[in-house]
Amino acid sequence: MIWLRPSERVALLLSLDVSVRSVLLCLPAAIAVAWVLSRRRFFGRVLVDALVHLPLVLPPVAVGYLLLVLFGARGPIGGWLHRVFGIDLIFTRNGAALATAVMTFPVMVRAIRLSLENVDHGLEEAARTLGARRLDRFATITLPLILPGILAGTIMAFSAGLGEFGAVITFVSNIPGETRTLPLALYTALQSPGGGAAAARFAAISFTLGIGGVLSAEWLTRRVRRMLGS
Amino acid sequence: MLEVAVNTRRGAFALAAAFELPTPGVAALFGRSGCGKTTLINVIAGLLDPDSGSVSLDGEVLLDTRRGIRVAAEARRIGCVFQDARLFPHLRVEANLRYGLKRAAGAHYVSFAEVADLLGLAPLLARRTHQLSGGEKQRVAIGRALLAQPRLLLLDEPLAALDAARRDEVLPYLERLRDQLAIPMVYVSHQFEEILRLATHVVLIDSGSTIAQGDIGSMSLRPELRQIVGADAVGAVVAGEVRAIDADVGLARVRIGAGELRVAAAGLAVGGRVRMQVLARDVILACAEPHGLSVRNAVRGVIGGIAPDGADASLVSIDIGGTLVLARVTVDAVRDLRLRAGLEIWALFKAVAISSGRMRAL
Repeated sequence: MIWLRPSERVALLLSLDVSVRSVLLCLPAAIAVAWVLSRRRFFGRVLVDALVHLPLVLPPVAVGYLLLVLFGARGPIGGWLHRVFGIDLIFTRNGAALATAVMTFPVMVRAIRLSLENVDHGLEEAARTLGARRLDRFATITLPLILPGILAGTIMAFSAGLGEFGAVITFVSNIPGETRTLPLALYTALQSPGGGAAAARFAAISFTLGIGGVLSAEWLTRRVRRMLGS
Repeated sequence: MLEVAVNTRRGAFALAAAFELPTPGVAALFGRSGCGKTTLINVIAGLLDPDSGSVSLDGEVLLDTRRGIRVAAEARRIGCVFQDARLFPHLRVEANLRYGLKRAAGAHYVSFAEVADLLGLAPLLARRTHQLSGGEKQRVAIGRALLAQPRLLLLDEPLAALDAARRDEVLPYLERLRDQLAIPMVYVSHQFEEILRLATHVVLIDSGSTIAQGDIGSMSLRPELRQIVGADAVGAVVAGEVRAIDADVGLARVRIGAGELRVAAAGLAVGGRVRMQVLARDVILACAEPHGLSVRNAVRGVIGGIAPDGADASLVSIDIGGTLVLARVTVDAVRDLRLRAGLEIWALFKAVAISSGRMRAL
């Protein structure tokens, strides 16, 4: 990182930080929702499915606006978080992480759900006859078997999260060092006179990260598959 | 005692079956593919809820739809060996084996070392499951089920996916299981040879319902068997005692009812009891004592009955001092020899026809 300028380093580290937080926020919920959608048949399942996929089709700015309404200082959830836990999301990196999490949620759910649907149900039945209860079964059979999907989903969501723009800027604005992630920095550079060269450098960093993410997702998935012996 | 009564409907398929199995013992559910055997196994294991029915094992009710009792599969302590082994691909052989052992409640009646020894698993422990042959996979699956310390072991066509050589590799292990552990087993198969070697009790199933049950000898005489095994595999299963072994010719003399049969001596000892299947198509009938034939076995008996067997054949049952043997002869022969119930007759069979595959030392 020696060849990066201070402002670039700040934006890069912030992007990584926000993306990690967003993945941590996303993952448990994504596993749970993917499991429910692939294994349970209930009334309203189609609605849940549509809701999960909504961020894919909505303008990111609209998602950001929705978050602002719900999680803003006077919003029903944001106000409660502030009163009870003293947590403020607006203008903070946690807020940026939440916006990123919501936007990348469908990517993660899809990857995990796909691998869940490929798990041989017979293996879970075998575990049942060997005395494994539901949670035990999930932790010792299902979870290890969907690990490739979880990894792929996590890396894809992480990489996509690094580039989240619309929802972040709408929800938590563009504050250097707190919410100005790589794409926001790139946008800011483009807006300033004579910022073309700086913008190109930000773009190059984003490009490198993206390629690295996709390639490592591919590589890791293959490795884990081989480890699982399939 | 295992008692099962099940009524269930899946689309166009209806299953209405009831049977009882004395424990310990090996009961074979025998029938054609698609007759409902696997459904029954799943109901006993608790993996499938029938529309109505009950399952109880040694007095403990595991399922009773009328009283609303449903013990979960994971709490039944009933082991399962599936046709496709279902080993966990992310675990090595040893971890697969220990999966059920770790979760087994109560006293353990068989240890890891015993099972590994009984099934010859020691060289496989460090392997990954995809490095195992089909026969090895099934041995591991059997070991894994056993180590969960089950009260009953269900085997759903465990050998069906294997070729003949692999089948012969796994069968002796199943026999050791039965003889050394005395664990009750329900064995599903559509191969009569497997059942002959393993089962003590046979339940015949056809199109979703149990049509007969009893010991293998009496079941082998049931006319329904023809539809399940095909005309060529029909034959009485008889039990006898080895009287003498003529080592120089490699034949054993086995007392069957009032007669004596000479069969291949391999694996038999004087004084031992043996069970074998005499295929109806291998039996020849003669009205007078035959002379000058290569056939080693001629036994005198009385015709018990004659039943039609297909369009051009008849199935004749011959009573040899209390033991029944079946012979398949043409309708033409029945007419020419004037065969009828009560007639004294000689039944002839070739010694080599009763090979080790259709014979089991008891």
